[in-house]
Amino acid sequence: MFAAATEAATEVVLKSGWFLENAWVIPIIPALSFFLIIFFGKRMPKKGSEFGVASMIGALVFAGGAAYQWIQRVNGAPEGAFVSPVVKTWTWWQNSGVSFGIGQHVDGLTVAILLVVAFISTLVQIYSLEYLRGDRRYTHFFASLTLFSAGMLNMVVAENMIQLILGWEIMGLCSFLLIGHWWEEGANSRAALKAFFTTRTGDIGLLTGTAILFFSANEWTTKTLGVSGFSIRGLSSWALSGDPGSAAITMGAIALFIAAIGKSGQFPLHTWLPDAMAGPTPVSSLLHSSTMVVAGVFLVARVYPVFFKGMDILSGSANFIIVIGAITIVIAALLAFVQTDIKKVLAYSTVSQLGYMMMGLGAGAWLPAVFHIFTHAFFKACLFLGAGSISHSSSHHSFEMKKDMGGLRKFMPITFGTWIISTLALCGVFPFSGFFSKDEIIDNVGNNGYNVFMYVGLAGAFLTAAYMTRATYLTFFGEPRGASAGEHHEEESHDSHAAHDDHADHGHDTHDSHDAHASHGPHESGWLITVPLIILATLALSSGFLNALPFGEKFENFKKWVEPSAEVVNPTGIAYVVGGIGEARIAAEEGHSKSPCGTETPEQGVCAAPSLNHAPFKWSKAGLSMLIVFAGFLLSLFVCIQLYAKKNKKFVGLTERNKVLGFGYKLLVNKYYLDVLYEKIIVRSIAHPIAAAVYWFNQKVLDGVVNGAGTTAKGVAGWVYRNIDQRVVDGAVNGTGSVAQGAGSALRPVQSGKVNQYGALLFGAAAIGALVLVIVNT
Amino acid sequence: MFVNQFLILAAVLFCIGVYGVIARKNAVLVLMSIELILNSVNINLLAFSMRNGSFDGHTFALYIIAIAAAEVGVGLAMVLLMYRNRRSIDLDELSEMKG
Repeated sequence: MFAAATEAATEVVLKSGWFLENAWVIPIIPALSFFLIIFFGKRMPKKGSEFGVASMIGALVFAGGAAYQWIQRVNGAPEGAFVSPVVKTWTWWQNSGVSFGIGQHVDGLTVAILLVVAFISTLVQIYSLEYLRGDRRYTHFFASLTLFSAGMLNMVVAENMIQLILGWEIMGLCSFLLIGHWWEEGANSRAALKAFFTTRTGDIGLLTGTAILFFSANEWTTKTLGVSGFSIRGLSSWALSGDPGSAAITMGAIALFIAAIGKSGQFPLHTWLPDAMAGPTPVSSLLHSSTMVVAGVFLVARVYPVFFKGMDILSGSANFIIVIGAITIVIAALLAFVQTDIKKVLAYSTVSQLGYMMMGLGAGAWLPAVFHIFTHAFFKACLFLGAGSISHSSSHHSFEMKKDMGGLRKFMPITFGTWIISTLALCGVFPFSGFFSKDEIIDNVGNNGYNVFMYVGLAGAFLTAAYMTRATYLTFFGEPRGASAGEHHEEESHDSHAAHDDHADHGHDTHDSHDAHASHGPHESGWLITVPLIILATLALSSGFLNALPFGEKFENFKKWVEPSAEVVNPTGIAYVVGGIGEARIAAEEGHSKSPCGTETPEQGVCAAPSLNHAPFKWSKAGLSMLIVFAGFLLSLFVCIQLYAKKNKKFVGLTERNKVLGFGYKLLVNKYYLDVLYEKIIVRSIAHPIAAAVYWFNQKVLDGVVNGAGTTAKGVAGWVYRNIDQRVVDGAVNGTGSVAQGAGSALRPVQSGKVNQYGALLFGAAAIGALVLVIVNT
Repeated sequence: MFVNQFLILAAVLFCIGVYGVIARKNAVLVLMSIELILNSVNINLLAFSMRNGSFDGHTFALYIIAIAAAEVGVGLAMVLLMYRNRRSIDLDELSEMKG
């Protein structure tokens, strides 16, 4: 079938290298380190943290090597050609014809995310050396962080869905362990459970979706590509092959997307993410802002063709992904306005930014969405670490902006500077990194015909600028308040809230450090904290230039390295099918590709990625979004000054006077009553009747059976006791006893205690034995 | 070679040894008798070894000599302790193990 194509194909040998071929080693390094920490950590001079940091640096070096060699591979290939991923598979286990593989699937997306995860993990572990110093469960903290990195890296290199689920679940477990790190406080362990159960709700979709896709795709992938229906490559090609029935692929895509909703904090399952801030700040920075929560986005980007076909992306009408993403952007951004806890502001900001990524993916803006994962990781990790730096050194481990912060820019210049850079990046101000990713998402959403959603994105940008201004104002400007002003807090004032990192009984030797804070007032943090901040801020400023559209094609490196080409390839994925390359290149210059992938069934060969459009850059559009962002800054600054500095009567208490605003405020403070819906209504209406029914069943049916069985057993037992036990068993036992006694008294004289007599017996026995031997042998 | 002469010698030694073990009351003499028994076995081994032209028997004999030395060492130590405790090495008096 493919013979003609193969003959005419241009054979190109793609470059590879050791790091690229052995990318599967990267998750193994932290996995081994996890066991080292668990078994030997407590005996080490640095309590196991050295294993964690060393393994993360090792993983970073390997990931860097893989990224470098991947770039070499792409640069060595003809322009516009499909650069096949480096895939390796070993059989994990097999049973009755179904075999699960384990291995690696390394392409541009993989190396980009590998690099981000390894890099942020390294910095966060270094930061934690200082932040968690003297903690009660210091060793376990590093063990969990390292295991998390192993899980995430494994998910990213995963060759197939099963391996991906493995990593996904390891991350879920570590998220649970780390949110509940200080489980002595009830709120923290509740937050951990909430995070675990909410994401588990979504995970049902992951299993269901994987199963649906496997059973639909396996036959085609085995026949055509010789790989199983779990494999990422197989699923991607299958989705674009015209083989899948629309019901199967739509059901599979929806199920997988539900998993992404749970993991990536999309509406309506976003409620766990703000509560997850109960964990230590490094955890919020690593897991709940930059890496783990993008797992859902990564899943969608990983098997994008499945969603592309299953959700009818680019068909012009709204689809499930884009709607969920857009709702998430707005509702999370609005919620960020009523938070007084700085980490919760950042948490809702994360949810909102994840909404951008999802909206981008839903609108066919694959590359900007993936690029936003990349840039967002740096600036959001930096913001969280900055918040941690404030609470660590200036506000007595409190995160309350209104109560315990204010005016900190003078005391913490480095934290302030890095915070401002990251905030500008988050708001998407030119030329910070967020501009090049977030604006691209908004632009491409509009370019692909989703105008309504483009306006939602712009509104989100306005809201982002406004709530970040509010948070920055409350934290760094004005007069120091509460703990930052040197006041000592009553313990109970903290206890109402879940998101406090640390109190007196949290295992730090806190009383000394508290007193130190109280006497010295707010001050800058140590270098173990500021160095990661500076590195991340530098990247928040510069990482956007990897794909800086305004400066022309030379700067579009991320696109070149990461985005898979929508070219028809033969099933091995290496040789090119003729006619693809030149045509694709011309089409790409025109702005819309003519590759059949994604729109029609390829006649020969298979597709690995759908062909997507890229919006041409226009300063007018960028200018408009800049205007909106600055309007957000100014408006918010004005309101903040009136409200917090001048205490203007017109603004203070407005929500109590105006009914509409009051209603809105109440709705936001109560988080749209979603928690009430889940905990009071859904859980109660489902779980409580079930519990009552189960109780009744237990009492009436099970207990009846058990009691009946008990009565019967008692009768049988009585009979057995009288007849069998007393007569037969006891008779046998007593009989044995009497026999042994008789034998004993008969043999007692033999034990005379005389050595000579024993010798005589021995020789006598030997003589009899010899006699027997002789008789037998003759 | 007259193997049977060796065997007769061994049998005689063996019988003397057995007699000693059974009849003597002195613990040291019992130990010496045991040595006699072991050496009679050695003679048997060497006799058959020479007859068969093999060195297996010699090897065994060497082992037995070594083990006999160890055994006598342990035995004499026990006798010595016994003497210290009760100023006698008469085996007839050692009947506390009577059942």
